[in-house]
Amino acid sequence: MSIKARGLVVLAVLLAALPLLLTNAYYYDVAIRIAMNAIVVIGLNLLIGYTGQISLGHAGFLGIGAYGSAILTTQFDWPPLLALLAGCAAAGLLAFAIARPVLKLKGHYLAMATLGLGIIIAIVITNETKYTGGPDGLTVPPLTLGSLELVGDRPWYLVVAVLLLIVTWLALNLIDSPAGRALQAIHGSEVAAQVVGVQTTRVKVRIFVVSAVIASLVGSLSAHYIAFVTPGIAGFSHSIELVTMVVVGGMASVFGSIVGAVILTMLPQLLSTFEGWETMIFGAILMATMIFLPKGIVPTLAARFRKDGGKDGEK
Amino acid sequence: MSQLIVKRLSKEFGGVKAVQDVSFTIRGGTVHSVIGPNGAGKTTLFNLITGIYTPSSGSIEFEGTAVTGEPPAELARLGMSRTFQNLQVCMNMSAIENVMVGAHLRMSQNLLASLLHLPGLRRADRACREEAAGLMAFVGVGAYTAAHASQMSYGALKRLEIARALAAKPKMILLDEPAAGLNDTETHEIEALIRKIADSGVTVVLVEHDMKLVMNLSDHILVLDYGKKLAEGTAAEVRANPDVIAAYLGASA
Repeated sequence: MSIKARGLVVLAVLLAALPLLLTNAYYYDVAIRIAMNAIVVIGLNLLIGYTGQISLGHAGFLGIGAYGSAILTTQFDWPPLLALLAGCAAAGLLAFAIARPVLKLKGHYLAMATLGLGIIIAIVITNETKYTGGPDGLTVPPLTLGSLELVGDRPWYLVVAVLLLIVTWLALNLIDSPAGRALQAIHGSEVAAQVVGVQTTRVKVRIFVVSAVIASLVGSLSAHYIAFVTPGIAGFSHSIELVTMVVVGGMASVFGSIVGAVILTMLPQLLSTFEGWETMIFGAILMATMIFLPKGIVPTLAARFRKDGGKDGEK
Repeated sequence: MSQLIVKRLSKEFGGVKAVQDVSFTIRGGTVHSVIGPNGAGKTTLFNLITGIYTPSSGSIEFEGTAVTGEPPAELARLGMSRTFQNLQVCMNMSAIENVMVGAHLRMSQNLLASLLHLPGLRRADRACREEAAGLMAFVGVGAYTAAHASQMSYGALKRLEIARALAAKPKMILLDEPAAGLNDTETHEIEALIRKIADSGVTVVLVEHDMKLVMNLSDHILVLDYGKKLAEGTAAEVRANPDVIAAYLGASA
């Protein structure tokens, strides 16, 4: 079995076995949030880790999905699934429209431009009080399909766990295809990618749109799950949190994305007993991770494992 | 018929004239070398021909198509391929993946097929991998098919770049200092490799400082100095040219 298939099987088994450990509603809640974050981070890792294009504004796309679902279902009586798709389309179109000028920039400039984008979306959401409710947020009805209503921990866990498995599979497929190698070539050497015929701008735009659509999808889902949205979902600190998950888990590693989401979603919960000191301890853990596992947890451990006699590469 | 026609090509960076009014033609199937002292504009000329730089003036025609100012991807589509003086190997990928990237234009880029790994795509990808392994053996790095690019030596990476350039099945390949930094034995091997590539019908354009290599291989040599064409001709003609001797030895011949 290839390393990819093995990884998928391990993930599927873990996701299937996890409910045995989820003995109360709080644990379920954490697990569901982890899975949702992991899905967004996989999309973001395709952009940042594999293609080498930073985005510091990705929470903006989550905000578009979340508020798209909230506003269209409550104020325009759209069916939730249609609202979800509309959110994805809007996020995709916005990403497409701004990608060309933005992705021409490199390094710090690209970071600044995407940062600005995220902030603009957050400000629009906060100020358009007529539709968004401003800082007070909006209540969101449950996700429905026909007469089926998605409520409760277990059904939500099932949905996000299956979705995470699917997204993981799709991402692994993509990076192991010619199109995925074009992404990685852009990261490795943009000029080399160009001379073998990769239309670098087009490829970058495409993966930017893909990651934005994934973020919007999760934004919509989380709005329905929490049944409430506030502008914080689109905020700068949320964007940074997502990028941190990519970096800590491992750049250019699909499974690293999941590990990053697990650690950074759980840490604040585990540290909450330290009252007041939790942010500091959180920061210290991040610093230690970057010092001792500079390439992120999964790639660093995989490399160490390889040196110890293993022969498979991580993906 | 000429495969590449360069007419009065110039490139300025600010006030610096890196390439000035250079014209030449390259016949298909030959080995064509560009030589000259450091800073003569050889690499700039390569970057102009392959579309990485846009010329300040002048025109380039490749395979009967006007390509002046076209982006590198378009030139790749027409059958132009190249390597770089300062290695441009993707260190985030395995060795064989680097070569497979070279076949980019022949592979499906359909997003849905890639995400779902549809059977057709998977089959083509497997064939591409086998072909890449064959090319790695052809250039002499067959031992590295399971290696990561970051595990390879400098000399092996130079060959890997050539394999990537060949994976595109080019009509013309531009090699920018393929022997730079190599020892005598490695240089001999590279010479044999370039000969093999030329014999397979691919036009080779070479920038190289190793004069023995250049003289042995080239059907035609273009000499640049201070961005201008100094001389042109066969190895014997160039060697006998007083201007060339002056430029290289600094003597007033």
